[in-house]
Amino acid sequence: MKRWWIVVLILAVTAAVAQGELGTAEEAALEAAGGEELGGSVSVLGVWGGGEQETFLEMVRPFEEATGIDVEYTGTRDLNAVLFTRVEGGNPPDLAGLPGPGQMAQFARSGDLVDLGEVLDMDAFGDQYAETWAELGSVDGTLSGIFIKASVKGLIWYNTNVWETEGFEPPQTWDELMTLSQQIIEADSGARPWCVAVESGAASGWPGTDWIEDFVLRQAGPEAYDNWYQGELTWTSDEIRGAWESWGEIVGDPRMVYGGAATMLTTNFGQGGNPLFTDPPGCYMFHQASFITDFFVESFPGLQPVEDFNFFPFPKMSEGAPESVEMAGDLFGMFNDTPQARALVRYLTSAEAQAIWVERGGAISPNQQVPLDLYPDPLARQSAELLTSAEVVRFDASDLMPEAMNNAFWQAILEFIQNPDGLDNILSNLDRVQQDAYAE
Amino acid sequence: MFESRLLLALIVVIGVPAATVGYVALVEALVQRLPHRSRGTVRPWLWVAPAVLLLAVFLVYPTLNTLYLSFFNADSTEFVGLANYRYIFTDNSVLISLRNNGLWLVFLTLLTVTFGLLFAILFDKVPYESTAKALIFLPMAISFVAAGVIWRLMYDYQPPMQPQTGTLNGIMAAFGGDPVAWLINRPWNNFALIAVAVWVWAGFALVILSAGLKGIPTEILEAARVDGATELQTLTRVTIPMMGSTIAVVATTMVIFALKAFDVVYVMTNGNFGTDVIANRMYKEMFNFTHFGRAGAIAVVLLLAIVPIMLFNIRRFREQEAIR
Repeated sequence: MKRWWIVVLILAVTAAVAQGELGTAEEAALEAAGGEELGGSVSVLGVWGGGEQETFLEMVRPFEEATGIDVEYTGTRDLNAVLFTRVEGGNPPDLAGLPGPGQMAQFARSGDLVDLGEVLDMDAFGDQYAETWAELGSVDGTLSGIFIKASVKGLIWYNTNVWETEGFEPPQTWDELMTLSQQIIEADSGARPWCVAVESGAASGWPGTDWIEDFVLRQAGPEAYDNWYQGELTWTSDEIRGAWESWGEIVGDPRMVYGGAATMLTTNFGQGGNPLFTDPPGCYMFHQASFITDFFVESFPGLQPVEDFNFFPFPKMSEGAPESVEMAGDLFGMFNDTPQARALVRYLTSAEAQAIWVERGGAISPNQQVPLDLYPDPLARQSAELLTSAEVVRFDASDLMPEAMNNAFWQAILEFIQNPDGLDNILSNLDRVQQDAYAE
Repeated sequence: MFESRLLLALIVVIGVPAATVGYVALVEALVQRLPHRSRGTVRPWLWVAPAVLLLAVFLVYPTLNTLYLSFFNADSTEFVGLANYRYIFTDNSVLISLRNNGLWLVFLTLLTVTFGLLFAILFDKVPYESTAKALIFLPMAISFVAAGVIWRLMYDYQPPMQPQTGTLNGIMAAFGGDPVAWLINRPWNNFALIAVAVWVWAGFALVILSAGLKGIPTEILEAARVDGATELQTLTRVTIPMMGSTIAVVATTMVIFALKAFDVVYVMTNGNFGTDVIANRMYKEMFNFTHFGRAGAIAVVLLLAIVPIMLFNIRRFREQEAIR
């Protein structure tokens, strides 16, 4: 009699595992806390505000309820400065978003970050996260940061309805894309082929860096890409200059871009795609990461993915070139080793927790146990699939550069938009910063 | 959480005065034991000791430490001599910041003093003086960050033919003009930023200058008029020269503010488009690039630039005290 029950139980458990079914977030939270209601609190510092902050709080709510631990979240746009000051002042938050792998290495080497290898069940972690994520989060072989959310960069967004009326087809190669752009210019409908928006507060310029990275990755290849962010390939080299020149064909041509330089520089990246949806449209295409859908819907409530907006991946430079994609992610590190912080780190890496963000939209989970059918719409699923199907996947290069280099890159983007003819100057200036920034 | 903060507040509010009184009582008790003759010399030193100690800990030590760090590399592990100073005076982007501080220094000072003086003299003659002064003074109550945010909205830019949401471009559009990207077009964007600082500080200049104006004895002005001076002559030959020291105080204060300019630039452009200033650069070196050496070197240069102006101010102040 008893044996019979055990068999059923084992069958049920294996069935659940095989299907990759997730438990509830509360269960995952309780497990993360070692089965105890720990109580107390954990402080978290991050970059998210507005909708993203709401989603994060939604994500930790089951954790708070199950464990009685209070999650005190603070969001700041100037994460670098706030985090650095608090760490230097001996008052770091328990957990914090890390601006990028570069800063993570700095904090890890000065001994500020807790070794997450001691916190997480590394066997389970190996099953949940692909090798790449673990590598990107490691400094000198120690796991120092975990990704809790990822995005695909370099997607080109368009308004489905407008494209259907105009009869446009997503281009397969860069040449096709430029032909389409020329076609739009010649049609002279008043709308421009492209919308570009690079304003982003203290980080203004970053949307442009994604463009350059997309070109480098596809024109010069992944090896040049790696050498470049590691500081071994100069900015004035043909590979990198070529990327800027290609981008210049778009941003340097007033007929190509909606509103011209002043508009590109003053428009926040989040609102950059709005002219896609106005009637008549201001532009036909907008280059931005997968998370931009959140902003579309915020500006125009009621827009439906696929039906109203869609994307195609940044095209290859030539047919037969490998399928390449750039991604980025939100990295988290642990600064204080408390039971509450340990529990939250374990919880945030769990598929159950990340499924909450995935279901609310705007994020791709780096945890491969989050089933694809949880993605709220076909577009989110498609971009998640893009990450797994591409032959070449690279992390956002500017995030991997030293901060002084990254900052100079942002500024160079702004200067280039303002004065595309000054490219020589801009690049040799970046070379000078490169020599200086990597020397340390 | 709240209770513990309340407790802390109580401790500070009651504890600090208690400690002060306690210290004075202790000093007195000690001084009483000394021979009568030396009491006079010892007492002031003991009384001033806590202040000196606090100054040493919070002002002298950090200053010297900054100076020390400015000769070291990014993480202060290697002595690099004057390399950080060489960087400041050769790096292109830092040189632009230095140039912009020059612009700030000249135009912020000139404009605040001019507007302050103009308003002080004009308002002096009208019955609704206090209301007018309050209006000009009002922006002083707003923090620089808030002023930056307000003026970002004022300078907001939308593509031509779109509804202009920025106040200034709204006005431009109403008169049929094209919108202007105020914060982006060089070199005017620097003046757009300085204008915000003028908006904030003009009230301060006005109040000080107005007080100086009221301090001029009416007999002198009347004597001038009796001697046949026109209003303009009275103003340029009597009033303004007699306000010389007040103007100097306002001007030197403004020069110091110009050198320290940070908030407006940080909030409105973050130093992009050729608008960086050295205080913002220092912040970036320190908190974004975590280069202690360069940040320290900039701080030292800034300090050295401000010291002569402070000395000038103090000397002026002493002279005035001596006259009284």
